[in-house]
Amino acid sequence: MNSIRKFFIELFQYPSAAIGMIFIIGLIIFSIYVVIALPYNEAISLWRGDENTWYKTPRTAQPKWVNWFRQEDLPETFSFNSADQQDTKTEEFSNGTNKILISFPFEYNSELFPQEVSLYFKSQYTAKQPFVNVKLITPDGRTINLNSFSIGRTYTYRLSQDQKLQRKFFGISPEKGIFVDPTVNADSLELLKAVPGTYELIVEGVAFEEGSSLDAELIVYGHVYGWAGTDHRRRDISIALMWGAPVALTFGLLSALGTTITTMIIAAVGTWYGGWIDEVIQRITEVNLILPFLSILIMIGTFYSKSLWVMLIAVIALSIFGGAIKGFRAIFLQIKEAPYVEAARAYGASNWRIIMQYLVPRIVPLLIPQLVILIPANVFLEASLNIINLGDPVLPTWGKLIQNGVGNGALTQGYYYWVLEPAFVLLLTGLSFAMVGFSMDRIFNPRLRGV
Amino acid sequence: MAESTLQPPIPIVVKKKPSESAVWRVTKYMTVRLITMAFTVVVGLYLTILIANMGGYVDEIRRGEIRENVQQQVMNDRSLKGLTNEQRTQLIVDRIAVEEKRLGLDRPFVLRSFAFLKDAVTLNLGFAEFINADNGSRQVKIIVLERLPSTLVLFGTSNIILFFVTLYLALTLSRNYGSWWDRFIVATSPMSAAPSWFYGIFVIVIFAAFLKILPFGGMVSAPPPDNKIEYGLSMLKHMILPTLAIALNQVTFAIYNNRTFFLIYSSEDYVEMAKAKGLPAREVERKYILRPTLPTNITNFAFLLIGVWGGAPIFEGVFNWPGLGRTTLIAAGLFDTPVIVGTTVIFAYLLALTVFLLDFVYALVDPRVKIGSEGTSQ
Repeated sequence: MNSIRKFFIELFQYPSAAIGMIFIIGLIIFSIYVVIALPYNEAISLWRGDENTWYKTPRTAQPKWVNWFRQEDLPETFSFNSADQQDTKTEEFSNGTNKILISFPFEYNSELFPQEVSLYFKSQYTAKQPFVNVKLITPDGRTINLNSFSIGRTYTYRLSQDQKLQRKFFGISPEKGIFVDPTVNADSLELLKAVPGTYELIVEGVAFEEGSSLDAELIVYGHVYGWAGTDHRRRDISIALMWGAPVALTFGLLSALGTTITTMIIAAVGTWYGGWIDEVIQRITEVNLILPFLSILIMIGTFYSKSLWVMLIAVIALSIFGGAIKGFRAIFLQIKEAPYVEAARAYGASNWRIIMQYLVPRIVPLLIPQLVILIPANVFLEASLNIINLGDPVLPTWGKLIQNGVGNGALTQGYYYWVLEPAFVLLLTGLSFAMVGFSMDRIFNPRLRGV
Repeated sequence: MAESTLQPPIPIVVKKKPSESAVWRVTKYMTVRLITMAFTVVVGLYLTILIANMGGYVDEIRRGEIRENVQQQVMNDRSLKGLTNEQRTQLIVDRIAVEEKRLGLDRPFVLRSFAFLKDAVTLNLGFAEFINADNGSRQVKIIVLERLPSTLVLFGTSNIILFFVTLYLALTLSRNYGSWWDRFIVATSPMSAAPSWFYGIFVIVIFAAFLKILPFGGMVSAPPPDNKIEYGLSMLKHMILPTLAIALNQVTFAIYNNRTFFLIYSSEDYVEMAKAKGLPAREVERKYILRPTLPTNITNFAFLLIGVWGGAPIFEGVFNWPGLGRTTLIAAGLFDTPVIVGTTVIFAYLLALTVFLLDFVYALVDPRVKIGSEGTSQ
């Protein structure tokens, strides 16, 4: 106990180790929190959700905090639903038709345009579809007739994709056109500005049956969402950012532990027995050196399974006979000659007892830095597998975010947050472990002392 | 046998000129290495085949090849033109069965695996299903060998530059132990934890997307310049970012590592002795510090290079570099089994070649090999 305390005191002499340690502990607490706060099944169903789950969020929206660094705030998303806000809806039944008037007055404060404007309708009827007319009253009192159509049980009207409306606005896309002051002449489309003020969107519906109903939901999509932003499928990136932490930690820890411990035991057995066993182990190490690691993982991923656990086992299996075995062997060869091992042999200890009780414990101080340095390597390996499409098909992870982002033009189209956020947490995790590991190596490795 | 044991052993080596002996020893060492390496490659390839074949995928490659051949034969045979479609299909099926029997596809896998091994060793890798070589060929061997030079140029150039740069910087740092730069390198050495593709994304964001001064990826600008010099310059421009990414990943750790070895060796007694004799500092460095650490440095470099080879698919994917790694990725995306297996085989060869070449350099710089001691089996 005392020696452990001494070790930590010595470790914290290195500022990098102290910072790294704080980050690692924070990461572990965060991972536990994530797993409790957003249970696995919930996270997966959210992450694999389609347009119905995510229709309320904008596409590739930046995180909200980008507004802190901007002079002009990017608009946020807002929505109205006549089903939730009954005061927006008035119904009038006469002559067998049900006239429904839905009005959404809203304040638009930004000079920047929204990303999209959409109306989602829901109605109940037996045979005849209701008919609606949509119009907009601008702050300066103009009334723009947007469109009219009959709707099914659900109907989505995307203003931004209305070609007819776009022609009406002389080619300006409708979500901009409705906010523009037509008397202002702008030289180019980029110079157009939205007019802030109170707008009112009016849905005049006619249902032809008694008891039929009609509800509308207006969503004006902004350019920022949440603390992490959204991706091309409108999903909230923060889900993957959060769940990436426990996945990365699990993969990194398990593979590092599995590899180092097996390698150490194999090295101990090889050195203790010597002879042909040692020879065989050495030859396997040489063969392992020329096995193309990633290509074999690609083969396994393409032909069999991309599951995280299959990959984990493959990674461990391929790393057991890695370069570390030589280092361990060199140390075991020294320990093997130590007098206390001789004493153990003299009192008749079994081979296994000598390996496990006399050889292995001596190497633990050298093993721990190795282990800690291996963790970030494997955390990044998990991300690498995602980059080449070999990631677990179900789990939301950091690597998958990067892959999605790069694959969908995040770098070329300027959605940097999409790639940089997961890259940043990866770097933070990797560096924390590496900093602690390097400092441990300097404490434990006698050759590096004082250098 | 009894007589020979009575003879005292004759010390042959001592009587030879040292230079001859050195050449002889290096040759002997390299021959032994070549033989063990060949054996290792064969075992490695066999393992690759076993992994690839666990789902019967190598069988599929062979069957596909047979089907293609037989179909070609039947199509091109003028005497068979008169057959109806059904007859022709039946003929193809029959011939495929005969051919499969002839090649032993009905035999147990253990026996067949050795046939695959022979194919892999001789680079007889079959035909691709979807990917074409630039000249239109479907032969995996041609596709793979066509892509190889791009990979070699990228990783060869950048790594060799980095090796010498880090060696030089490490020597400089070990001279200025404890300086600001020295502490900076020690503090940033954990940067090696992140792989090079990862830094690739950062440098692409900064230099290609943000500053717009360097290309996002690819090997030459499109359309490729006709002029050879312009072609080379365009290629160099496209290599800046990948090299920078590899450097960010490796440089600080490599310098840290080398510098640590230099420091350990520079406190040896013989170095103190040399200094006391009044030898110039440069000469002490070259002869007494650099020489004995060179084998270790080269081994470290070998491991680095092997790691880089392993990461090639991702790295080339990120930079859109038309090399072997990206071909593996494309093949994996298209489920083009023969190409996946083919590139894996080539990567195994590349790794073996790397190890062998570094062994050779090792033999040249390691005094234990040249002068001869028990170190020869290393």
